[in-house]
Amino acid sequence: MKTKHFFDREEVLAPLLLVPAGLYIILFVGFPFVMSFVYSISNVTVGNPDFKMVGLQNFIDILENPVFRSSLLNTIIFTVVSVTLVLVFAHVLAELLIRDFRGKWLVRFLIMLPWTAPIALGAVGFLWFLDSVFSPIDWLLRTLGLLGKPGALLGPASNLYWLGRPVLAMASIILVHVWRLLPLGTVILISGMNSIPREIVEAAQMDGAGYFRRLFHINLPLLFPVIGVTVLFATFFTFTDMTVVWVLTRGGPPPNATQVLASLAFLTGIEGGDLAQGAAIAIFFFPVLAGLAIIVLRLAKKAIVT
Amino acid sequence: MAFVEMKGIKKHFGMVKAVDGVDLEIRDGEFLVLLGPSGSGKTTLMRLCAGLEKPTGGELIIDGEVVNDVPPRARGIAMVFQSYALYPHKTVFKNIAFPLTVEGLDKPEIREKVEWAAGLLGIGRLLDRMPSQISGGEKQRVAIARALVRKPKVLLMDEPLSNLDAKVRHTARVELKKFQQEIGVTTIYVTHDQSEAMGLGDRIAVMSEGRVRQIGAPEDIYHEPADTFVAGFIGNPPMNFIEQNGVLVGFRPEVFLPAGMASAEDQVKFRFKVVRVENLGSFKLAYGAIGGTGVIANLPLRVPLEEDNEYDFSVRAKDIRHYNRETGVRIKK
Repeated sequence: MKTKHFFDREEVLAPLLLVPAGLYIILFVGFPFVMSFVYSISNVTVGNPDFKMVGLQNFIDILENPVFRSSLLNTIIFTVVSVTLVLVFAHVLAELLIRDFRGKWLVRFLIMLPWTAPIALGAVGFLWFLDSVFSPIDWLLRTLGLLGKPGALLGPASNLYWLGRPVLAMASIILVHVWRLLPLGTVILISGMNSIPREIVEAAQMDGAGYFRRLFHINLPLLFPVIGVTVLFATFFTFTDMTVVWVLTRGGPPPNATQVLASLAFLTGIEGGDLAQGAAIAIFFFPVLAGLAIIVLRLAKKAIVT
Repeated sequence: MAFVEMKGIKKHFGMVKAVDGVDLEIRDGEFLVLLGPSGSGKTTLMRLCAGLEKPTGGELIIDGEVVNDVPPRARGIAMVFQSYALYPHKTVFKNIAFPLTVEGLDKPEIREKVEWAAGLLGIGRLLDRMPSQISGGEKQRVAIARALVRKPKVLLMDEPLSNLDAKVRHTARVELKKFQQEIGVTTIYVTHDQSEAMGLGDRIAVMSEGRVRQIGAPEDIYHEPADTFVAGFIGNPPMNFIEQNGVLVGFRPEVFLPAGMASAEDQVKFRFKVVRVENLGSFKLAYGAIGGTGVIANLPLRVPLEEDNEYDFSVRAKDIRHYNRETGVRIKK
């Protein structure tokens, strides 16, 4: 066999090209996943080399832990509100960006910016926006007379303490997270909207449908698969994200007003050294997310076929 | 039912004059075909009627009312698109019912009307299917049913047959004409296919470069073309032109016959040098020249002709049309 034709043989070339992807999945996805699963049913800690299987004890322990339960609730609130807001705003932005107007490229660039900026950098910027003393938002509110005077709409205190009050802190985290995810949602929805044939929308127009009827009876149903994918991605990115929480509040204000599962797992497993419980927390929602993925992808596929 | 009037309708896209001053009157119940090559502005003119484009100038009048600023949904116009544009996520029934749902009719009434339209087009058995499960010809019927179901004032059709197989297209054409006559709806039909236009239209408006070059009954357009563009666009092969005494002399290939064949009336004689003969089954085409200008003759099979020979041919004087050499406009004597 001539070496010249070596790479022309599909049975050689195909496995060769698959090797990097295979290695990546095994080493960086499969191995850690299996490890965290094993950890979650063991008693392993950072300081203790003793390794015993303890069955579901870690899961029973975390379920009895009130901090875990409040984190679970926080995660669900964080995810549901963020994903909803991302969907609505991404739809509005996508509607805007599929039209032609002057300076469209600049608007597009600005909208994509949060996605390209390093998340920690963006979050640090927001840290200043939401600072307990120097917040420019508070300054603006004070200037407008909405804050810092007796009888002002938002109270007489000089600052709102965005990250210092439980509800405001959660709202702030959601705001920053939505800011970050919006570009992704927008791009996915734009591609979906561009794939709807113009004649179908025009046919609906000719059939007498106004804007809202076209939106709810034609555009949204046709966009359904794409919206499903957006929800899926946004949910995963929210559920598994701890960067925003960590940079802004570290789970505070005390005790755990904005603690989410991802940050709690990190706190317990890495900071606290209890690898086993950290793994149990991290893996707790895997079945739910996997189930969600299957359902959404099934629905999307069905919608495409019909 | 309604009549449509266009007065100096214009649509310019920047420098491009897609429609450049069109005056048309479409009578109540008439089947008008807009015929022209691609880029002639026929589709833009239809979209202006539909309200999908706003005219740059001029007036569009439906039933005596200027509708320039009336949105598409309030014009009482229905349209059949080239791609059918069925709603892929709705059943055939819901597709046809959509215009009625929008109007807010109650369910029994919707069902009754959908069944009427589906019956008219012979698609009653398809009502529960999805658009992806029916054939091209069936989709086209569904699209027509959806357009007719709310009895529009005006029906617009944008090359509705062009996506069909050649075989289905002929029967579809005949049926289309039948529905239109049954319902008597004023129809504007866009096509670039002259045989469709000749077969369907009560009148044909031939368009080129954003203007209407001629409007008239199919036989008028064919026999009395107003200029060399219409004469060349209609008819296959097109009209022959030769220059004589500073004017263009035009005649159709099928009136160009061997001298002995024509009746003894007033005849104009030509010397025809045959270069090539094509036998096309039921007739033959002879390609050749009169004094250096290429012409084509459409002849019965029995006419004996040999390539590279010269023959005496003639055309009856009343079959000859004269055109201005520069402007291409017909000169009537």
